Amino acid sequence: MTAAGGASGTGSGLGATTAADRLVDRPLVFAHLVAAMVFLAVSLLAGFLFSMQFLQHYPLPQHEIFSPGRWRLVHTNGVAYGFLANAFLGGLYWAVPRLTLRPVLHRGLSWFLFVAWQAIVLATAVGLLAGHAQALEWGETPVWIDPVALLGLILVAVNFLVPISCLSGPMYVAIWYFIAAFVWTVLVYAMGNFLPQYFVGGAAAGAIAGLFIHDLVGLFVTPLGWGLMYYFVPVILKKPIWSHGLSLVGFWGLAFFYPLTGIHHFLYSPIPMFLQHGAVITTIAIELVVTTVIVNFFMTLSGRGDALRTSMPIRWFYTGMVFYFTTCLQCAFQTTLAFQRIIHFTDWVVGHAHLVMLGVFGFWLLGMMVYLIPRVVGTAGWYSDVLNSWHYWLTMLGTLVMFLDLLVAGVVQGYMWRELSPWDEVLAASVPFWFVRAVSGTAILIGQFLFFYNAWKTWQLRPGAAPSHAALMENMQPAAT
Amino acid sequence: MFESKAGVFLIAGLGFFALAFLVMAVLPWAIYAGEPELTVEQVAASGIVPEFVDLAERYPEQFKRAFGTVSTQTFAEALRFGHEVYVADACWHCHSQFVRPVSNEDLRWGPVSTALEYQNALQRPVLFGTRRVGPDLIREGGRRSNDWHVAHFWQPTNVVPTSVMPPYRWFFDEQGYPNKRGMSIITYVQWLGSWVKEYPYYHGEGPPSLPMAATTQSSVAHAGAGSTGGGPP
Repeated sequence: MTAAGGASGTGSGLGATTAADRLVDRPLVFAHLVAAMVFLAVSLLAGFLFSMQFLQHYPLPQHEIFSPGRWRLVHTNGVAYGFLANAFLGGLYWAVPRLTLRPVLHRGLSWFLFVAWQAIVLATAVGLLAGHAQALEWGETPVWIDPVALLGLILVAVNFLVPISCLSGPMYVAIWYFIAAFVWTVLVYAMGNFLPQYFVGGAAAGAIAGLFIHDLVGLFVTPLGWGLMYYFVPVILKKPIWSHGLSLVGFWGLAFFYPLTGIHHFLYSPIPMFLQHGAVITTIAIELVVTTVIVNFFMTLSGRGDALRTSMPIRWFYTGMVFYFTTCLQCAFQTTLAFQRIIHFTDWVVGHAHLVMLGVFGFWLLGMMVYLIPRVVGTAGWYSDVLNSWHYWLTMLGTLVMFLDLLVAGVVQGYMWRELSPWDEVLAASVPFWFVRAVSGTAILIGQFLFFYNAWKTWQLRPGAAPSHAALMENMQPAAT
Repeated sequence: MFESKAGVFLIAGLGFFALAFLVMAVLPWAIYAGEPELTVEQVAASGIVPEFVDLAERYPEQFKRAFGTVSTQTFAEALRFGHEVYVADACWHCHSQFVRPVSNEDLRWGPVSTALEYQNALQRPVLFGTRRVGPDLIREGGRRSNDWHVAHFWQPTNVVPTSVMPPYRWFFDEQGYPNKRGMSIITYVQWLGSWVKEYPYYHGEGPPSLPMAATTQSSVAHAGAGSTGGGPP
């Protein structure tokens, strides 16, 4: 905790620079966060467009580049590689130099990677809309981009692992997660994008595709997310993590069990059944590991519950953790063969995916942005705390409603299918749920645009910028974060 | 060890990943390693589906422009291109391609999927799918006529009013006849499951308008016996 303790405190003293501050390239952090917001906006709009197709009101003209199916690919890939990856990089460029007390390997390389990664994500979006998708869920990145993206991931890993390699002695928890995530992300990307395409066919490739989908969440997104939580939560609460022992259990449990579950994506498929059984058992084991991590973080919060009210980042983080526990508990049930009979292929799974990606990791990264943006821009706080509050409530309620709505929709669809209802009747029964999904998505969309507007106005308040009018200055609040 | 760089890097990062890769990927890979993976040409050589011939008879000009004549080579070409279209337009995100042994799926669609059905180049990467907004398609071949598919791709709600499938106008030429893309995707869909001998019909759907491919190749001769001509509505 010593390194993290050296980070700047909350509230006052934002203008002052600490030793760790001089190690951090603030414009780079800001650039990644802005890119994350841009891709989040595009991804959410794509998702909203796709949801309108389900109501027979798709607004775009009938042309292949506006094909709803292709925009669905932009939605999922934009979230993974545009929003999550950029926001994670922003957080890492802030946290890793503070944890290691060293700058990253090379500032020029960092900026090169920033530009290169945006080019990769844009090329992916263009490639998907032009019809160059690879038939691999969440790895639809066109095959001609895959080698470039892999090279980028390797360079990112090197950029961060070099300062980490200079550490001596036992390392803080966050660094364990970061090291593992850098190694895993490279391996997962190479495995998923190349093996099923060039080396393995048939049902065995299905096993690898399942492993890829799962590992992308479990070995890229999850460890980076938890690593950042282990950094930001103690810094903001100004108290150490409750139990170091539980941190150890959480990390090593995740590292062991998480990769062993890939096949649970294709239960009752032609993949050998004993492997499917194995994947079910390890998935349930993960829930036990997750519980230790959740207990650790809520015991850390114990005595500082007021922070949920007073600190917007903490509110985002802990809401995300409640959703994390919810989604993992759900997973322990839905992975069982009894649940699979009904819910597989239904909207239940779509609800699960939205809760994981937006409700958990999206919330953590949004909370992190709420914490970081005034600090990297150099303002005393946000332009409007009221807008921040609206952002939280619209996004949180939108996500919760979408999750519950799709959960119920999935059960309805699953049972109607089992009862051999005609397919069009199942569609008719689903429409009310799809309507609610579109409404909840709209709430999420509005929440984000309030956030983007707020960030834009905050940026205008940066030191050195000419205030557009004096009234803006009066709106400045002391930092609430 | 549990908090050191080497421990985290080697044991968690590389070791546990390798272990999982061995169990979750190499093991199934090894199990099916002995099964040959058919090329598209081998698949095509095992029997041209009658619907491909039917397309040649219904849309002679368009077919000639797109493929030339009916042959194993042009059938392979249609399958390959149809598969490309299926992937590019993300059909596989709303249509699965495997029948599970549970939830009465064999009553709805037919025989439960087996691993060997996926040992061909048109399942690389495998198209199990992830969501069933529309029905599973692995037993779709021969279930509906080419006319149905043409009308459906032009405007799905004209055929199924509650459908949420988008229209695919880029599968058609300026006159409204299916173009190469349209004929290829129809050929691909009509091929799916054509190797299965029989499957159930439900909710008043009669038997398919065309004999099934798997019966014999001679069934090709019967193809196109239905109505003639006719573009999309």
